[in-house]
Amino acid sequence: MGSILLFLGGLAVIGTWWLSRQGLASKPWLEQGAEGALPEEAPAPPYRVGLLILLAVIGSLFALFISAYAMRMQLPDWRNLPVPRILWLNTTMLALSSLALHGAKRAAERGEMPELRAYLLAAGISALAFLSGQLLAWRQLSGDGYALAANPANAFFYILTGLHGLHLLGGLVALGRTTDKAWRETTTERLRLSVELCATYWHFLFLVWLVFLSVLTGWAGGFVDICRQWLT
Amino acid sequence: MAVALVLVLIAVGSVLFHLVSPWWWTPIASNWRYIDNTIIITFWITGAVFVAVVLFMAYCVYRFRHQAGRQAHYEPENKRLEWWLTLVTAVGVAAMLAPGLFVWRQFITVPEDATDIEVVGQQWQWSFRLPGPDGKLATSDARLISPDNPLGINKDDPKSQDDVVIEGGELHLPVGKPVKALLRSVDVIHDFYVPELRAKMDLVPGQVSYIWFTPTRTGSFDILCAELCGVGHPQMRGTLVIQEQSDYQAWLQHQAARSFARLSPAGSQSD
Amino acid sequence: MVDVPLGPAGAVAPSDLDDVELYHPHSWVTKYVFSQDAKVIAIQYAFVALSVGLIALVLSWLMRLQLGFPGVFAFIDASAYYQFITMHGMMMVVYVLTALFLGGFGNYLIPLMIGARDMVFPYVNMLSFWVYFLAVLVLVASFFAPGGPTGAGWTLYPPQAILSGTPGGQDWGIILMLSSLIIFIIGFTMGGLNYVVTVLQARARGMTLMRMPLTVWGIFTASFMALLAFPALFVGAVMMLFDRIFGTSFFVPAIVEMGQPLDRNGGSPLLFQHLFWFFGHPEVYIVALPAFGIVSDLISTHARRNIFGYRMMVWALLAIGALSFVVWAHHMYVSGMNPYFGFFFATTTLIIAVPTAIKVYNWILTLWRGNIHLTLPMLFALAFIVTFVNGGLTGLFLGNVVVDVPLSDTMFVVAHFHMVMGVAPILVIFGAIYHWYPKVTGRMLNETLGRIHFWVTFLGAYAIFFPMHYLGLMGIPRRYHDIGDMAFVPPSAHTLNAFITIVALVVGATQLLFVFNLFWSLRHGRLAGGNPWHATTLEWQTPETPPPHGNWGKTVPTVYRWAYDYSVPGADQDFLPQNQPGITSVVPGASHG
Repeated sequence: MGSILLFLGGLAVIGTWWLSRQGLASKPWLEQGAEGALPEEAPAPPYRVGLLILLAVIGSLFALFISAYAMRMQLPDWRNLPVPRILWLNTTMLALSSLALHGAKRAAERGEMPELRAYLLAAGISALAFLSGQLLAWRQLSGDGYALAANPANAFFYILTGLHGLHLLGGLVALGRTTDKAWRETTTERLRLSVELCATYWHFLFLVWLVFLSVLTGWAGGFVDICRQWLT
Repeated sequence: MAVALVLVLIAVGSVLFHLVSPWWWTPIASNWRYIDNTIIITFWITGAVFVAVVLFMAYCVYRFRHQAGRQAHYEPENKRLEWWLTLVTAVGVAAMLAPGLFVWRQFITVPEDATDIEVVGQQWQWSFRLPGPDGKLATSDARLISPDNPLGINKDDPKSQDDVVIEGGELHLPVGKPVKALLRSVDVIHDFYVPELRAKMDLVPGQVSYIWFTPTRTGSFDILCAELCGVGHPQMRGTLVIQEQSDYQAWLQHQAARSFARLSPAGSQSD
Repeated sequence: MVDVPLGPAGAVAPSDLDDVELYHPHSWVTKYVFSQDAKVIAIQYAFVALSVGLIALVLSWLMRLQLGFPGVFAFIDASAYYQFITMHGMMMVVYVLTALFLGGFGNYLIPLMIGARDMVFPYVNMLSFWVYFLAVLVLVASFFAPGGPTGAGWTLYPPQAILSGTPGGQDWGIILMLSSLIIFIIGFTMGGLNYVVTVLQARARGMTLMRMPLTVWGIFTASFMALLAFPALFVGAVMMLFDRIFGTSFFVPAIVEMGQPLDRNGGSPLLFQHLFWFFGHPEVYIVALPAFGIVSDLISTHARRNIFGYRMMVWALLAIGALSFVVWAHHMYVSGMNPYFGFFFATTTLIIAVPTAIKVYNWILTLWRGNIHLTLPMLFALAFIVTFVNGGLTGLFLGNVVVDVPLSDTMFVVAHFHMVMGVAPILVIFGAIYHWYPKVTGRMLNETLGRIHFWVTFLGAYAIFFPMHYLGLMGIPRRYHDIGDMAFVPPSAHTLNAFITIVALVVGATQLLFVFNLFWSLRHGRLAGGNPWHATTLEWQTPETPPPHGNWGKTVPTVYRWAYDYSVPGADQDFLPQNQPGITSVVPGASHG
């Protein structure tokens, strides 16, 4: 359960930092009046906060899967499965997609509509390429005899890539709606938040993918071992 | 008024129930008297807290009930009182935790001279394996299980020659000798539970767990399964017989003879 | 998968909109069925959860009949009995208590108590309810599936849960159960996001965090915990579904089932238990924290006194929330896990008792020198304290690793968690319904029926579960369809079991009286007015009762004070609403004794 505790620990640090700025030590019965009680800064759009919390939930989901992976991995019947080459291409695709959305966000801020549209399209296409690549990886593995039930390593691979893909699909629905809107609007003003949220979500899924890839290739395990040796 | 009275009755009644009701733990038959003592300590501390809280509530409900002209006292907090209460609680909690952890250490530390025995659970019966004269149990694997080898004992292991297998029968143990029970299941999770021993532990398929205990009095006790293991769960019973050393040896001889006859090729045909 | 929330740039949440800008529904269907109004959604949640609760109640009767009078009711065979206990447990914990506290009370109270017009994502909120409803349908469908519902116990431990020795293990039961849980979690995530973000972003002007009523604090903390804890159940459920349907070996080692070797290898049953309890223990507090919050407000309002030590109450709530994520393995002391974990988890478990005790002290210190009105909500709050303290203290037995060894898996555990997580929160739910019903409907619940309901429920529940501890202490294991002959069980224990069953039947029947009261008072209850309890919190200050869509009429309230200005010296009445600017009182410092 190490990785989920680490993840929750990180959240706890953020939460504590945030709470420490909320005046939890104040004595509310001594303070009256509406002024001065609330910081007058405009609150962040709820959608942005909502997305951040959703990311915490998804993060906790994947951290739990990785915890389960790490625990199951220690049992003797575990046989690592080979990393299909195509995963590296897929990683590149997802990176490009994430980069394109970053570009889209910048373009939306600068108000350049044609550029924004191009970036959105690029992001969508490369994300689709990533998903198709993942399907190819599945076919390749099952063709090579790495069946789902043959070994827990295989099962974890299919479940985790599948779940990650589903989350990306959900993101694609949102991206599709944003892209659609980009063709109907004339200024980027009303698109800015949507594009920003998509970009955040994409970066996050890319990060999750990198973490998963490092677990899959054994780099994460190696890294943990190095840390352990270094500590003892 | 009635409410306050009922609260007092609940506090007093609960204590009286505890003191006079006929329902209490069974007389202990193992060395785990420490566990009973820890429970007693916990009963005292928690009982005192329960009575204090409920009686204080009863007092408040009576004394500060709404009457014409009463106004509640205005006091948002009282840091000193709150910190004192926290401190007292922490001390009370530590007073329960410390002996608990101390006894837990004994519970998981098996003495050197303990005899290994094996308890195997399956839906829905208990089987046991006792080491023969060599005092050692052979290895086992669920994949080796067959009608001839119901516990999946590794027959290639030389230690398997003299192991005594008891299927679905009574487990006998000598009084006064520490025993380490290795717990294993061939299908689902079970739990080896003898109320008089106080100790209990799950039998988990795919791994071996353990408990240890020293029987302290002779007698015959129920072995129950304490982890839901399917529809036959309540019927999964066994018997533990604690005997004097000499009686135990006689029984073991008899079992060994039977076990040998059953496990030899000729014996299995005649079954 | 939760859709990424999208909106036009600089989108304004409904909670910030002026009433005229809020989308008002026009047809009956959008107003009452696919409603986006949090208050309607709250009532939908509450209605479905209470209906599931009634099913669970009937199941508990059936299992009690078997335990009290074994063999008399032939149709309750072992399979049926295990199916009843499983469905009763899962329904109560997840589909009733979680859904009612967060989906029901959360939806109704959060926007009203923080001065918002609605939740921030009303559409997602509506989806959340309908996904929850789908989860309930799937769960109930398992009663009619071939082989019936699963009988694996609500903990669903593999490998037992997916094998043929367990009802529903190789039929549809377990599949429907796991699917229903997965659907529930997706639906809850939608709702939970709403509750948390609404509290964070949609508070009225002047509503600082430290001015929020503890009810909101409790629901907020619990929602956040649930968002982070439910994924653990999700992961466990997905993996077990794969084990069951596709034959993977996550949780199933090499085993021989009924003489037949299974084609599985190396799985770890303990892995599931870790995942399950990583959700399961926070779940206890997901139910408890809203109850803590609500009961604080009930006590404060009806004792006409500010909640004692408000700051400590908030800190304790947060501490309990955080600590509850590092105690999960205290459910696994005798599970065969590494025994050295016991030291760590016993320590964290007993530490969590300290903030919990602080909350109890502050409740009773709120009563002290108060002006106690023994209204129905107050009675239920008092009963909550008694049962919660009782159940909490027996938790110290079970949390203390070595004491747990003889008691775990006995009736002692059953008595403990029913007292602390069944009876206590349900008493709060009743108290809360008696308290807020006038706001929801504009009428009071019938007092006489309410008092009968209270006394029978409280004393009956105590009479059921207090003696049950002693059956466990004696050694009677839980989840036994039939105790049968055990040498150490005297005949008097069977008499006690029969007594418990009779009381349970009476207490259960009294709940029907309560349901009757809910409907009867809708028409015939005394008119309540806007603020019958003279409470300070914002939900009682709405211009109309029951509050219409948008809650506040033309202007959203501004908050000038905390939620607990009761009996302030010098004020002309014994409560100052949170939105009342005038300070007619001198507020003394807090430090004097």
